[in-house]
Amino acid sequence: MSSLRSITLATLTKDVRLEWRSKDAINSMLFFSLLVVVIFSFSFDPNAEESRQIAGGLIWVAFLFAAVVALNQTWARELRNQVLDAYRVSPAPANALFMAKVLGNFILVSLLEGLMAPLFMIFYNLRALGPAWQLIPVALLGTWALVVNGTFFAAMSLRTRSREIMLPLLLFPISIPAVQSMVEATRIILTGDGAARFWIVLLLTYDVVFTTACLALFETILQAE
Amino acid sequence: MTESAATIRVTNLIKQFGRFAALRGVTAEFDSGRFHVILGDNGAGKTTLLRALAGLADPTRGEISIFDKNPHEACREIGYMAHPSLLYDEMSGMENLRYFARLYDIAGDARSSEAIRSVGLDPELSRPVGKYSQGMRQRMSLARAILHDPKILLLDEPFSNVDVHSAQEMVGLLKQMRDAGKTIFVVTHQAALLEGAADEFIWMQAGQIVDRTRHLVPDPAGRA
Repeated sequence: MSSLRSITLATLTKDVRLEWRSKDAINSMLFFSLLVVVIFSFSFDPNAEESRQIAGGLIWVAFLFAAVVALNQTWARELRNQVLDAYRVSPAPANALFMAKVLGNFILVSLLEGLMAPLFMIFYNLRALGPAWQLIPVALLGTWALVVNGTFFAAMSLRTRSREIMLPLLLFPISIPAVQSMVEATRIILTGDGAARFWIVLLLTYDVVFTTACLALFETILQAE
Repeated sequence: MTESAATIRVTNLIKQFGRFAALRGVTAEFDSGRFHVILGDNGAGKTTLLRALAGLADPTRGEISIFDKNPHEACREIGYMAHPSLLYDEMSGMENLRYFARLYDIAGDARSSEAIRSVGLDPELSRPVGKYSQGMRQRMSLARAILHDPKILLLDEPFSNVDVHSAQEMVGLLKQMRDAGKTIFVVTHQAALLEGAADEFIWMQAGQIVDRTRHLVPDPAGRA
């Protein structure tokens, strides 16, 4: 267990260091989501009530697409110089690598959300009419749902020729329940129209189920030729 | 050579990629503390055999036994160096080795520094590996392979793109490691470099071992 924790931490530290030096993922994600916010704001001109109705969908779709950019970068780094083989021949547990990648992506996407959410609020003149603090568990659970599946499917499509296309094809359909929960919960919190509790519990359940499944299957994916 | 018991046993090893058989029933035994050189044309199955021994290519059929374990179980005894460097270009040599040391539960920097020094490089070098010369990169890759002090070294094309002088230095280093009791397998197209250093030349053709010789003799079939 201590080995799992220390290798997860070592791999996470290494990934953060590599991202800090290259800034490949964060720059692409920021640029992409900024474009989405600006284009959406020019495309629609909603009043305050309409904004509250559609903002949940817009914001999560923007983050979902931006997350795919980061998720594709995650494993690309391990393919250069076939570094992944060095991990595969070591006694390090496969799940330590997976958890480090998930945590790394979670940090990146959360950082992006932290930077972009205020912009969304400004561009769409948003103010939550429901309990705004509930946006925090929605964001945390929703982000985890995106990155845990995204990291897994990015690893799965690693050896395919068109992995940039393959990842969204695999990820988006399976993320539908999570995205719907995020969008509905956000809409309810913004409009103050009912309680978001059901959608938050659904997100939590989704996270537990898919995290368990991904951890159970990741070693098979890592050792696949 | 006091130990005659085989360290590595390969029994009827078959490895298929789709319909293509890269290894076609390889059966062999290899003693410990010896320097083996695997030779053959492109596509002969040299790299696949090495990857199978490293546990990177699971056999389609047949068995590999390393110290009576399968390659995955014996991973702490195996050091693997591939044709690519298996290093992160954006990090320095020491940062790379520090990370890989953690994968083998090696604490502290002492062992990483020792591995880097043993291949003739400076652990203080802060330049990222991506800016190393090809020779330095190959050495650092070797340092990564020997980091956990494995008993068996599997090296795929360690001298490719390396100048003759650096290659000869690497051969000297490998000889020292063999003399220290390590079992070494080298896949190479530059066999002449290893004449006098290697204990055995293993000739592969079409996924099979066709000959094993003590010296690099001119081959009448034109394999070399």
